[in-house]
Amino acid sequence: MTSAVPPVVAPVAGLRARAEAEAARLPPLLARADHLAGTVLLGEHGRRRAGMGDDFWQYRPAQPGDSRRMIDHRRSARGDQQFVREREWQIAQSVMLWVDRGASMRFASSDRLAEKIDRARLLGLALAILLVRGGERVGLTGTALPPRRGQTQILRLAEAFAEDAETDYTPPEHRAMIPHARAVFLSDFLGELAEVELALTKAADRGVRGVLLQVLDPEEESFPFQGRTIFESIGGTLRHETLKAGDLRSRYLDRLAARRDRLQGLCRATGWQFSTHHTGDSAQSELLWLYRALDRGTA
Amino acid sequence: MTILAGIGFTSPWLLLGLLALPLLWLLLRAIPPAPVRRRFPGVALLLGLSDDDSISDRTPWWLMLLRMAAVAAVILGLAGPVLNPQRDQTGQGPLLIVLDAGWPGAPRWADRIALLDGQLAEAGRAGRPVALLSLTAPEPLQFQSADVWRSRLPGLAPAAWLPTGDQLAAAARDAAAAAEDFDTHWLSDGLDYPGRDGLIAALRAKGALRVYETGQPVLGLGPARFEDGAIHITLHRSQPGPAREVTVLTQGRDPAGTPRVLASVPARFEAGTTETDTALALPAELRARVTRFELQAHRSAGAVSLTDDGLKRREVALIAGREDREGLELLAPLHYLQQALKPSADLLHGALDDLLPANPDVIVLADIATLSPAEKSALTDWVDGGGMLLRFAGPRLAASDVSRREEDPLMPVRLRSGGRTVGGAMSWGEPKTLAPFPDSSPFAGLPIPADVTVSAQVMAQPDPTLADRVIAALSDGTPLVTRKSLGQGQVVLFHVTANAEWSTLPLSGLFVQMLERLAVTSSAKPPEARELEGTTWRPVQVMDGFGTLHDAGTLPGVDGAALAEAPLGPDLRPGLYDGGDRRLARNVLPADAVLTPASWPTDVPVETLSRTPEQPLGGLLLATALILLALDVIASLALGGRLMPPRRRTAALIAVLALAAGLPAPELRAQETPAPPDAAATEFAIDATRELMLAHVLTGNTQVDDIAQAGMVGLSDTLFFRTSIEPTDPIGVDLERDELAFFPLLYWPVTPDQPRPSDAAYVKLNDYLRSGGMILFDTRDADIAGFGAASPNGRKLQELAAPLDIPPLEPVPADHVLTRTFYLLQVFPGRHANGQVWVEAAPPDAEQIEGMPFRNLNDGVTPVVIGGNDWAGAWAIDRNGNPLLPVGRGLTGERQRELSLRFGVNLVMHVLTGNYKSDQVHVPALLDRLGQ
Repeated sequence: MTSAVPPVVAPVAGLRARAEAEAARLPPLLARADHLAGTVLLGEHGRRRAGMGDDFWQYRPAQPGDSRRMIDHRRSARGDQQFVREREWQIAQSVMLWVDRGASMRFASSDRLAEKIDRARLLGLALAILLVRGGERVGLTGTALPPRRGQTQILRLAEAFAEDAETDYTPPEHRAMIPHARAVFLSDFLGELAEVELALTKAADRGVRGVLLQVLDPEEESFPFQGRTIFESIGGTLRHETLKAGDLRSRYLDRLAARRDRLQGLCRATGWQFSTHHTGDSAQSELLWLYRALDRGTA
Repeated sequence: MTILAGIGFTSPWLLLGLLALPLLWLLLRAIPPAPVRRRFPGVALLLGLSDDDSISDRTPWWLMLLRMAAVAAVILGLAGPVLNPQRDQTGQGPLLIVLDAGWPGAPRWADRIALLDGQLAEAGRAGRPVALLSLTAPEPLQFQSADVWRSRLPGLAPAAWLPTGDQLAAAARDAAAAAEDFDTHWLSDGLDYPGRDGLIAALRAKGALRVYETGQPVLGLGPARFEDGAIHITLHRSQPGPAREVTVLTQGRDPAGTPRVLASVPARFEAGTTETDTALALPAELRARVTRFELQAHRSAGAVSLTDDGLKRREVALIAGREDREGLELLAPLHYLQQALKPSADLLHGALDDLLPANPDVIVLADIATLSPAEKSALTDWVDGGGMLLRFAGPRLAASDVSRREEDPLMPVRLRSGGRTVGGAMSWGEPKTLAPFPDSSPFAGLPIPADVTVSAQVMAQPDPTLADRVIAALSDGTPLVTRKSLGQGQVVLFHVTANAEWSTLPLSGLFVQMLERLAVTSSAKPPEARELEGTTWRPVQVMDGFGTLHDAGTLPGVDGAALAEAPLGPDLRPGLYDGGDRRLARNVLPADAVLTPASWPTDVPVETLSRTPEQPLGGLLLATALILLALDVIASLALGGRLMPPRRRTAALIAVLALAAGLPAPELRAQETPAPPDAAATEFAIDATRELMLAHVLTGNTQVDDIAQAGMVGLSDTLFFRTSIEPTDPIGVDLERDELAFFPLLYWPVTPDQPRPSDAAYVKLNDYLRSGGMILFDTRDADIAGFGAASPNGRKLQELAAPLDIPPLEPVPADHVLTRTFYLLQVFPGRHANGQVWVEAAPPDAEQIEGMPFRNLNDGVTPVVIGGNDWAGAWAIDRNGNPLLPVGRGLTGERQRELSLRFGVNLVMHVLTGNYKSDQVHVPALLDRLGQ
């Protein structure tokens, strides 16, 4: 009765502050724009080439075929030659994020490591801030938060990130994807792979390309367990008992590698990119990789 | 108790539990460890994986072994194993253990306690009630469980006395009053003392008596005596055994005050003797610092001999007729006496009235003829009471009428008027030499150097008593040193001066030897009970049975007669006693002590102390089991993967081990590094000493401080331009923080609101003043109040200067050196012109010599100059060199400013050159000599 403020405000603010800090270390990122896409919209940032836009790009001598209205008289009046004023081509890209909010992401093997979901959200929001700063539109997959620009969108994203799901593994959201946009999926991809496959195929059908980032805890990679153990999923839905945990190690690692191979294969087939991030590593280098992955192929 | 393989077990049937160990082994083997529940998101990948081996991880064999060992240790520990079990348990019923607990038992006290512990343990196992009776502190018998007594063992300590008759009687009464019969074990110290037989009879009436003693002789030290220039110590032992060497250590303080062994001397008991004597020759200076003698490696009160005033440094008061402040040191009447006495005596200086209450051992009067009646009677009383008055002749004594007609009580002989001079320019004959000392003389045996000659002396009147009183004479038979006794003291007269004017005696080593002989005879003798009767002595330090000195605390005073003769006991403990001006040591053994070994009735069994003590092993084994179980906890956790991350693991392991072993956790302490020299202070010192620098005291009042700073700058500039003094920029000093020694002059403006410096700062200021610094106090109020308390600045000045070591002051006299160190000045104006300026007063005897422009005034620099003329205000200049504050009006004002600057120049010159200008008083004399 004392306050109407939702209790998520403080974590949201904290997450956003840390994401801002992460984002402040990289130059503004310009997402790669697909020339063919019809979804290209005019943006604030130039493409370093002549085209449609508001900002001056260069004067060039008038050539045959240029209509007379294009001649810039102020410049041409200084000499005998006629010049045409060209403007910079300014476009904006839409980027859609999906951050796994399943219970399996709420895991950290030690107090000193961040939970996987925390790291994934941090990376996602940092990327969003970079993109917004670069003039791109950022949103979530699905219909909840379509891509928009501006600082307000960062706030909305941060609020959306504050919600957790109860199920152990959540499938990627693949509805309402904007054609020829870009997408970033952050998850541990330990759930059903068919769902991921479905999402990726659907995205590829719409010309959406993007990045899969698998966020894992170091213990999930090393499996350092011994002795009689009962393993339970975070949500408590799955359990597995073994008498000698040490014997399971190699087989577990094989399965993990196989799953990763499968994801990489999927990515290759659909033109996506794949990487694995461990919560024990630096978030900064991973953000750099994301930046490069989204920027790849830019002129 | 059952004994298996040399180890006794109190409950041997518990050992059957060991049979259960194999069963336990099988049981532990069969049970798998409990599963660990883990949250793990990767479980999805594990689904469907089955274990290759259906058997769970077994507990490894070494962990099993660890657990078995722990269980075995518990079983063994509970069975009550005892190493070296005592088997000679005899008798039943109550047991009384009697301890002599006197000083003779102290050297092997630990053995006695161990034996006692063993007997108590034995009695405890046999279920016998025990009573403990310490003869030096008897209490009514209480038969209690042995464990109660064992817990009280650490509190037992030997007393520094032997059981007294009262105590023995009380003990015998208690024993006889006991309700039931008991056996007695007597732990004897091995020394006999009166009244023992009664107790033996009382104890034997109640039951069997068994005696334990070491069989070793008891050693003791008698009091030290000073005879023939050496310290003699008598050693005693209780049994005439074979020849034996012991070492006597001389304990004392080194010059730094640290207790240490000053000397050690061997002593040898010949075979068959119980007494021996050793002598120790120590220099007087070393002898004076001895606090005690003790036997090496023999800790007991009887093996310690405390020293008292008998070996202490004597206090010698030196009084001379004329104190010559500026006289030559070698001509000073007391110089040679001081040199001769300084190493071996504490010298006192001062007026006779002040010195007599201090009750020195010797008073030296050098060429003092007349004493006031009050002084004379006081001095006579003092000599009467045992003091030694040593007088030297001299011109004054020769010229006076003292002891002329009739003998003065404080002179050993009558004197003829005038004295005589031999071998001088105006007299016949050669200087006289000394005749050999007669055997009755205290100087007998001293070699007489040939170069000791006497050229002048005072002559004694021939009297019937004269011959007895001469203890040294010249070759012509005239007395050189005479002596008479007066009451318990004596009066000695050297018929020559104490300096080298009349004879060369003070220059020779003979003088020192003579003084030493005389001074030695004045040392305190051991007092007798008769003299001490009626006095009360306060214990200062008392000895415990081990011979260690403790502060006496609140022990009551002791009657003098008792202190000298009464036997020691709880009311009279050995130690140091203070009776006002002197200290007496009461030692355990008197001078005529005899140590008698204890003798027992022939049918009483006597055993020695030596036996191996029982060693219960139960606690050890149980502790081992605990440690093993703690290790098992760690190992089990490690196997189950439930231990903390590796980095914390080590710390936890250490903590658990430390806990199990009952050890304190390792204490980490930063190594103490010597404090680095204060860089700021060093820098300050370098800056302040690179060039001459004037300084002013920071008052905390910004305006005053700024003016003072500007004033110092102005004065520094003036000095720079006009004189060879080239000071650098002045600074303000903080009395609390900065070192003052670097500054020749401190200007201290007085403000009513400045804080009083701390005590540490005053120590610094006094050091500064004594080492030649000068402080210029400026009340800046034109001295309107004449330094009374009427002005706030005056009051503040009084408050500030009260703790300073300032000599008497006077207004600057017209011939003060300050008036002519650079400029000739008679007024010392600042912004105010008329205030008086005060400096250190001239000595009262400074007289103006005719023809000289000024008096020959004192040496040195006046430490303070006090005035109120606001000099800094007059000196102050701004950055461009223009005066900051107006002074007076017009040209007159400028003249006043000029004079104030001249005063500043003179002041700094005075500080730096001292009384150099005053020395010019001698210029006419020097010129006169040069003219010849």
